[in-house]
Amino acid sequence: MKTFTFCTADSTPRQPHQVPNDTTSMATLRVQHLSVKYRLVEALRNINCELKPGRLTGIIGPNGAGKSTLMKAMLGLVTTTTGQTLYQGKPLIEQLAKVAYVPQRSQIDWTYPAIVWDVVMMGRVRKTGWFHRFSTVSRHLATEALERVGMSDFRHRPIGQLSGGQQQRVFLAKALAEEAEIFFFDEPLAGIDKKTEAVIFEILHELAEAGKTVLVVHHDLGAAIANFDDLILLNRELIASGSRQQVLSAENLQRAYGGQVVFFSEAA
Amino acid sequence: MLETLIEPLQSGFMQRAIITAVLVGIVCASVGSYLMVQRLALLGDAISHSVLPGLAIAFIIGADIFIGAFIAGIVSTLVITWIRTRSQIKEDAAMGIVFSAFFALGITLITIVQKDNKIDLNHFLFGNILSVTQEDVINTAIITAIVLTIVLLLYKELMFYTFDPLGAKAAGLPTNLLDFGLMILIALTIVASLQAVGVILVLAMLITPGATAYLLVTRLHQMMILGSAIGVVASISGMYLSYFFNLPSGPAIVLVAFGMFMLAFLFSPTQGVLTHPGSKSRSSQSGIWRELKGLLRS
Repeated sequence: MKTFTFCTADSTPRQPHQVPNDTTSMATLRVQHLSVKYRLVEALRNINCELKPGRLTGIIGPNGAGKSTLMKAMLGLVTTTTGQTLYQGKPLIEQLAKVAYVPQRSQIDWTYPAIVWDVVMMGRVRKTGWFHRFSTVSRHLATEALERVGMSDFRHRPIGQLSGGQQQRVFLAKALAEEAEIFFFDEPLAGIDKKTEAVIFEILHELAEAGKTVLVVHHDLGAAIANFDDLILLNRELIASGSRQQVLSAENLQRAYGGQVVFFSEAA
Repeated sequence: MLETLIEPLQSGFMQRAIITAVLVGIVCASVGSYLMVQRLALLGDAISHSVLPGLAIAFIIGADIFIGAFIAGIVSTLVITWIRTRSQIKEDAAMGIVFSAFFALGITLITIVQKDNKIDLNHFLFGNILSVTQEDVINTAIITAIVLTIVLLLYKELMFYTFDPLGAKAAGLPTNLLDFGLMILIALTIVASLQAVGVILVLAMLITPGATAYLLVTRLHQMMILGSAIGVVASISGMYLSYFFNLPSGPAIVLVAFGMFMLAFLFSPTQGVLTHPGSKSRSSQSGIWRELKGLLRS
């Protein structure tokens, strides 16, 4: 076991973690012994890791490593064969109202008959409750969220007429409107423009600074990776997790990506 | 002209027919919009064909045929889900297997009882809006009221679920329950529409008006409202065609709906093939030529 991997596939995180420059708080979101099988294929094997509030955490790994699956398994969106995810000591799936989840853009039918406003208001459905109409507060939150992502002028635009980056910002606004404690984003940076990337990272950092738990599935090892505080490196099992500097070691990347890795020099 | 249209309405059967036409137009477009945005058009077809054995069995044992049809429709969706989740068979194949079997059973049962009773298989298959009874109208009205109330009460949840099922589940909505609720709405709608359009063509009333509206507006509730209006116009027109030319009402209604769809498809201000061609705008005549050439080339 490597000294820098404070949690690995074959050990439960018993020891206190040595994370440099972590002065904020204890882990509140714990993934314990999580395994997922799709029919006969093992997608994730015995994942143990932790997320800290106030830090921007990325899930990285090669294609097919189970990055999205880990996120979905934590939320109970796919069936797990073993394990659980705890938030503040209780199962996360019993506290989904505290989570804002943004699925991959490609999972959504963007020809759906809706305008930008409709999608942002979906972030308020759960808080509004059954048989109730949206409140003034909800409308206010949605307006604010749209402003925050720079999409106010688009509120009446059909979602099918948006660019990829605009779609992603609308989804971000929906997540912001949810007033969540935990934010999960599945590949928010896939196929978007530089401007949107900057807006998204700015907001993700803000959320983390506000003490939220922020988890992002990230698809490549490009320069954008320097935005993350912590990383979870996967390839069907946990390779490493912890601070970015610790995880992005040549050895870890070699283990996760094998020969195919294009090494990325860490500037931070 | 107007007199020709109003005069038949003095007879009771035409009054009942027009009420049924309005109800069916509204309820089908509202529920059908959910089917369309979920790409589940085939499910509407599956449920509608599957109600037939329920109708027959209810008729044989003397129960309410509406209830028999509803139960058969729900059972068919459960069997489809069962096959899909417990085997490697995909959803579309599961639907095909189940609905054809249910339909075959229904035809068989009705053919058997048809010999001794005065029931007509054709009425169930193609509808006969001019022969609905007072009781049928009341049943259709009650079902329509129930379905529309549920659509209204669960509007924001059903919209969220149909747009982003994973997101809805992650937000903690009971998505399995919502899904089953939608199935029940669809089955109820089909049962309410049986008399007017019959099991084979009810799919058209579920999909075509909503699809027509979809080409003209941009939000789900607008699609439902405009779709309802289109559905009502289609079913009333079809009813008159059926009356004046002695046509089966189902096909007449469906053909009117299709005509309206084609108008929107060709001339929609935002998405029409001729009014809004993919490249730069030209005269509509050259537009038609371009479309035809495109079709031949592909």
